[in-house]
Amino acid sequence: MDFTIASILTLDGVTNGAIYALLALATVLVFAVTRVIFIPQGEFVAYGALTLALLQLGQVPGTVWLLLVMAVVASVLDAVAGLRRGLPAAAVATGALKSLAFPVAVCAVAWWAAPRQLPLLFQSLLTLAIVTPLGPLVYRLAYEKLADATVLVLLIVSVGTHFALTGLGLVFFGAEGFRNPSFWDSRFTAGPLTLTGQTLIIFMVSIALIVALYLFFERTLRGKALRATAVNRLGARLMGISTSGAGQLSFGLAAFMGALSGLLIGPTTTMFYDSGFLIGLKGFVAAIFGALASYPAAALGAVFVGLIESFGSFWASAFKEVIVFTLIIPVLLWRSFQHGHHDEEE
Amino acid sequence: MKAIKTLVAVAVTLLATAAQADITIGISLPLTGPASGLGIPMNNYIKLWPTEIAGEKLKVIVLDDATDPTKGVSNAKKFVTEDKVDIIMGSAATPVAIAMADTAAESGTPQFMFSPAVLPTGKDHWAFRLPQGTAVMAHAMIEHMKKNGVKTVGFLGYTDAYGESWLTDFKAQSQQLGGPQVVAVERFARADTSVTGQALKLVAANPDAMLIVASGSGAAMPHKGVVERGYKGKIYQTHAAASRDLVRVGGKDVEGAFVTSGPAVIPEQLPASHPSKALAADFVAKYEKAYGAGSRNQFGGHAYDAIVVLEKVLPGALKKAKPGTKEFRAAIRDGVETMGRTVVSHGVLNYTKDNHWGFTTETGVILKVVNGDWKVE
Repeated sequence: MDFTIASILTLDGVTNGAIYALLALATVLVFAVTRVIFIPQGEFVAYGALTLALLQLGQVPGTVWLLLVMAVVASVLDAVAGLRRGLPAAAVATGALKSLAFPVAVCAVAWWAAPRQLPLLFQSLLTLAIVTPLGPLVYRLAYEKLADATVLVLLIVSVGTHFALTGLGLVFFGAEGFRNPSFWDSRFTAGPLTLTGQTLIIFMVSIALIVALYLFFERTLRGKALRATAVNRLGARLMGISTSGAGQLSFGLAAFMGALSGLLIGPTTTMFYDSGFLIGLKGFVAAIFGALASYPAAALGAVFVGLIESFGSFWASAFKEVIVFTLIIPVLLWRSFQHGHHDEEE
Repeated sequence: MKAIKTLVAVAVTLLATAAQADITIGISLPLTGPASGLGIPMNNYIKLWPTEIAGEKLKVIVLDDATDPTKGVSNAKKFVTEDKVDIIMGSAATPVAIAMADTAAESGTPQFMFSPAVLPTGKDHWAFRLPQGTAVMAHAMIEHMKKNGVKTVGFLGYTDAYGESWLTDFKAQSQQLGGPQVVAVERFARADTSVTGQALKLVAANPDAMLIVASGSGAAMPHKGVVERGYKGKIYQTHAAASRDLVRVGGKDVEGAFVTSGPAVIPEQLPASHPSKALAADFVAKYEKAYGAGSRNQFGGHAYDAIVVLEKVLPGALKKAKPGTKEFRAAIRDGVETMGRTVVSHGVLNYTKDNHWGFTTETGVILKVVNGDWKVE
């Protein structure tokens, strides 16, 4: 190994690490606010990349119909709950229409735009608009009723959701993989390194998103409400913060970050309907570095996971995944020695 | 009253025998999970199977094994105990097919594997493989390499049974034929997002040719990875990559790649002297009529070949015993072993007592990717 190889591997590792960082942040966010260990995080990555791939082919992706069906089911559930509480029918109907308006509009646009092969940027935005609302809907349908259950129950629900979403992914996108076109098809040479435009975009978008998240949590009321919910759910409710709203918002952010990661990673590798799981799992390993609580530690952990992965694939490619996932053990040991034993039910 | 009872009993017995006379085939395929890209096209062709062979009705039961060996075994157990099948087929995923073999052997049921599954010696008494073994394909590839002056090869393959069997068979065949040396071995997994590390190491070893062992669209990412690191030599892909998906995902980077394949997918370009030309053309015509132009693939071809074999073997077996019996199953097994040289869409089969792989070395074809299409070398 000389300097050239080391620098190429470092670049590769940091690029993948930037993607893992987004997923790690989403995992930490969801866990802090709702105590859900969000295994299906990776599915949004696959949905993002593959929805764009199908739009590129001029087809209406299956995620559009999933969005529509989930939105209808959610609003029916809301309406039934509203009527049971004795709300007037008119108020219930307006509520349902309001929550249906955005998904229906997105579906209509997707249906109209798909065969027209519009520019890549428009299709990417459309992809984000399709996949992001899936997050709150998944929360609404799978988790909301169980919001006060134990972490273990929520984890089991996550596993189920993961399988359901992966299966739907196979139905929507088929078994074969896709590779999206690059957003920026130029190359820059710096010494032995070749930076592609896509790599630069990955870095810039990741950093911009991390800064935006920081500002969101520090400066906006909604961000502060999320933080309050993360610190103490009951306390937050007493202060008039809707914990269910906070849950939906955090899942929305998670789905957005997942879909964005999918768009970023799509041009650099072949995405399959089930590729998201492993990518998401690496984000989860990174989140463990931050003990599912610290955003900066999770982001650093993600870069570390990316580096270990790329150097591991150079030295011992047959054991790469083993190396990456074994990392979790020393980290957990260190964490548990540092903090002692916590009983999660306390 | 008693007469009616007797009548009912007789009728039931008659119906039962009539039902038993059907030839029952239990097929376990990965319709979901990582190997669904193989299972789905096979199932597509199975839907086009004839409804009867040699005057007997075929009863075909297809179950999904989700690329999961445990599920495959429970499917095989169900076939044997509940459905009392005469023939087990599947799975298209190697680990699943291996796991199913025990159940098939214990019950004395012939198993047609849709994957090149390696079993320990003596364990494959009841199992026959329909796809080409890696050794046969490696044979064709090594001959091509020798002709093109390739002396050294870098290996980049899946970390699973498919990658492993290619590495072992390639090395063994190459030694036998005096072919190229494998100078570097690197691994990756289908879900990997990058092969930069592996590609760096392989390119540094600077072999004359690169052998990439992966399947379907998953074969494009490592190919692009090697090209991106500035590799200029020849790149070979295996028959699991011989689908349109390689070209679709790989784009201009896979241009000029060499891919091994069975003859089933390119009947138009086969020389008139090739034994499989007519059957391959028939397969492609039937498959594309049902699923559209360009939908042909080699996995559907294996399902086609299963019927070719059955049409040859079943008449003899039916003479010896009745479907549904142990003797019938043994007769099918013996029949396949002694059916002799049989031309199928994927080449020429010739099973013997010691060789349940079947294919002769006239099978493998080397294709070159030219302008995004296949060209026979």
